[in-house]
Amino acid sequence: MAKILLEMKNITKTFPGVKALDNVNFQVEEGEIHALVGENGAGKSTLMNVLSGIYPYGTYEGDIIYDGKVCQFHNIKDSEKLGIVIIHQELALVPEMTIGENMYLGNERGHKLAIDWNTTYSEADKYLRMVGLSESSKTQVKDIGTGKQQLVEIAKALAKQARLLILDEPTSSLNEEDSRALLDLMLGFKKQGMTMIIISHKLNEVAYVADKITVVRDGATIETIDNRGPEPVSEERIIKGMVGREMTNRFPKREGVTVGDIQLEVDNWTVHHPLYPERKVVDNVSMYVRKGEVVGIYGLMGAGRTELAMSIFGQTYGVNISGTMKIDGKEVKIKKGADDAIRHKIAYVTEDRKGNGLVLSQSIKVNTSLAHLDAISNHMVIDGDKEYAVAEEYREKLKTKTPSVEQLVGNLSGGNQQKVLLAKWMFAEPDIMLLDEPTRGIDVGAKYEIYCIINDLAAAGKCVVMISSELPEVLGMSDRIYIMNEGKFVGEMKASEATQENIMALILQSGRGD
Amino acid sequence: MNENRMSVGAFFQKYTMIIALVVVVIFFAILTGGKNLLPGNINNLISQNGYVFVLAAGMLLCILTGGNIDLSVGSVVCFTAAVGCVLMDNDVNMWIAVLAMLAIGLLIGAFQGFWIAKLHVPAFIATLSGMYAFRGFSNVVLGGYQVSVTNEAFLNLFGGGAKCYVPDFIRQAMGTTGKPNLTCLAIGIIAVLIFIGLKVRKILIQKKLNIHQSIPAQLATTAVISAVVIWLTFKLASHKGFPTVLIWIGLVLGIYQYITTKTAIGRHLYAVGGNEKATALSGVKTRNVYWFAYASIGLMAGLAGILTAARAKGIDPTYAEGYEMDAIASCFIGGASAYGGVGKVSGMIVGAVLMGVINQGMNIVGVDSNFQKVVKGLVLLLAVVFDVLSKRQKR
Repeated sequence: MAKILLEMKNITKTFPGVKALDNVNFQVEEGEIHALVGENGAGKSTLMNVLSGIYPYGTYEGDIIYDGKVCQFHNIKDSEKLGIVIIHQELALVPEMTIGENMYLGNERGHKLAIDWNTTYSEADKYLRMVGLSESSKTQVKDIGTGKQQLVEIAKALAKQARLLILDEPTSSLNEEDSRALLDLMLGFKKQGMTMIIISHKLNEVAYVADKITVVRDGATIETIDNRGPEPVSEERIIKGMVGREMTNRFPKREGVTVGDIQLEVDNWTVHHPLYPERKVVDNVSMYVRKGEVVGIYGLMGAGRTELAMSIFGQTYGVNISGTMKIDGKEVKIKKGADDAIRHKIAYVTEDRKGNGLVLSQSIKVNTSLAHLDAISNHMVIDGDKEYAVAEEYREKLKTKTPSVEQLVGNLSGGNQQKVLLAKWMFAEPDIMLLDEPTRGIDVGAKYEIYCIINDLAAAGKCVVMISSELPEVLGMSDRIYIMNEGKFVGEMKASEATQENIMALILQSGRGD
Repeated sequence: MNENRMSVGAFFQKYTMIIALVVVVIFFAILTGGKNLLPGNINNLISQNGYVFVLAAGMLLCILTGGNIDLSVGSVVCFTAAVGCVLMDNDVNMWIAVLAMLAIGLLIGAFQGFWIAKLHVPAFIATLSGMYAFRGFSNVVLGGYQVSVTNEAFLNLFGGGAKCYVPDFIRQAMGTTGKPNLTCLAIGIIAVLIFIGLKVRKILIQKKLNIHQSIPAQLATTAVISAVVIWLTFKLASHKGFPTVLIWIGLVLGIYQYITTKTAIGRHLYAVGGNEKATALSGVKTRNVYWFAYASIGLMAGLAGILTAARAKGIDPTYAEGYEMDAIASCFIGGASAYGGVGKVSGMIVGAVLMGVINQGMNIVGVDSNFQKVVKGLVLLLAVVFDVLSKRQKR
């Protein structure tokens, strides 16, 4: 057995009122990639924050033994000195500064009062090559894509002489291609002897890259699965540990739904980029959706899916939009602005619930009614009692877990926030619902509940468009699937005929066609 | 934890500023030997700070949209007052002058709001330019001199001169004179009864709909507010009666309380400040929300211009300087968020009263006016620091 680099022994961390970690034991061998999986709020991030000193020594119980020594970290600097470097989920780069400046921010070369820029940039370049970037370290961060920014974060960590690298959801904002490149880079580092901990929701990636998988549930480590066998561990096996039971079916069956007439029809839809109007973001797309039908739009990030949905939703994205839109067979012209789209009974449930979907500083009640205040008010005067009743009704219907609808949305978990977002748009009484990544960043149990809600919507005769970059979800939930790549629809198939292979093949072919 | 019970810590956190206000009042009561609680001084506190309440109400809406402020209000107050005073000086009917002042305020607000809402000019800059421009216009209108107001009806109605009180109709009808002022008492008691009636109705509806909110706590706040109002009423009644300026303050605060809590536009103000993109995608014309906020503070600047002109019995090109800062400070001391989306009219009132009490207390004690500014600055800083710290503990 290889040497144990890190051992966390009997770690208990309590916040006022909650035990976030309860007697957790966790071991990492030198030179392995160790994955931490678990539902949101299970305690993964808390554990890593204890390790890196964000929660300083003394605020938790238990021991951290690193490289054979018991450690007491009082802040991040302490842990970084020993080579424990954490890369957080949200990128922490300053867009207006160069890559080199970013990499050595707070860790400047030379003297604090006289920065040695030559060393800074030459060393930065060296680490950039190590992560496979050919960019100059004098490039501004805003000029490179998210995938490359993630690599810069890793280069920054390497520059701190990392021995134990912790990556928190490193691929959550990357497309499939960039994700794969990142995972392969991790495997390369492993060969050179680096030890890594990866936190991820994407179980296929975990199965691909990790040597061992530790499952965290309700603040405790449940089990550690060995993944060094010839066959990678199945996702079902990991999920079983995460939810504590076998998930026989990840996607609920839709029963007794009769698909009706075509309700939404979009033809030759073309959308141009708002800042570079000569660029077509959506290129001559035609689609239709029937009542009671769930239509999946699959595509990688950046394929133009969000842009398509938002341009349909009252031109809230894009310029020079051309094409025709019909609702119930009649051509409609929706004016610019979400209000007119809502009047035409269209709803768009954003992929970015915190940025574009919810007002976090307001209550569940206020968020639920925001898109349809008319329904609970008389001549612009809100009927507070009616509003409360509506919020309660949706809380029960969607099983949102909260002490009361007066709770601030910012205090809810991701899954519950997503339910509030759905409640808001269901209350707007749309006929057409455009759901953009409706299960992004939420845990397995909540996902199942969201799928049930989608089925209920279809059963109620709504037409549902579900945009997703998770293939199993698209395959499991849709009646029909459109495949999108680089702004174009490159295929359409019935769910019954679709497989992961033939969808990916379509995308690859279309890519080569250019 | 039982929802109906509030821990001592949570109680202090929620009512920090009210507790601070009580402490400050007691502090000055001891320091001045109770002089600050004399009926005359209570009356002055209201009359002197009339403009603060009115401007802070308008300012609150701007701050709600995202921590935006309006720097121009001091200059706009001076300008509208200047126009009104010059009109009345030329024997124009008082009501025409009043309407002109309100209309000019509204127009200026809408004008500045246009740049902010439609052309995305940062509010700070748009109103900074207004601050310079309207100070200059005031000077032009006044020709650099002071212009006085002699119109008695105007002064009486808007809180200037010796007779700016609601006449004691009741004693007039009874054919007696003297104190206390019975009309003032009647107004206060009726107001409290209406307030209690509304609260009870609200609690009954809550019970019917099964909304869980602590009834004892609501009754307690109702009782405290009623007691304070009755106490104030007695104080005012034993002085000269109900100051007319309080009618305007009450009207404005009532309307703004209603706008922020009951109306769709009020909801939109909070939503835009909390998350503008999400609000736009919910079908709200967010730019119009900004426009509304700035038009509203323009109108309030017009009203404050009227009150200022009446109280000073005229206007001088240097009047109303720094009024915008008093309004901004009241909102922030009252718990409005500098990032927008959070803030209440009730908090703003406490903030404004706190500033007023400190000002007046220092005046009575005889603190040097320069040092008074230092204290004001420190109070603002402390209030915001307290707010930031108490929020951090929650995480």
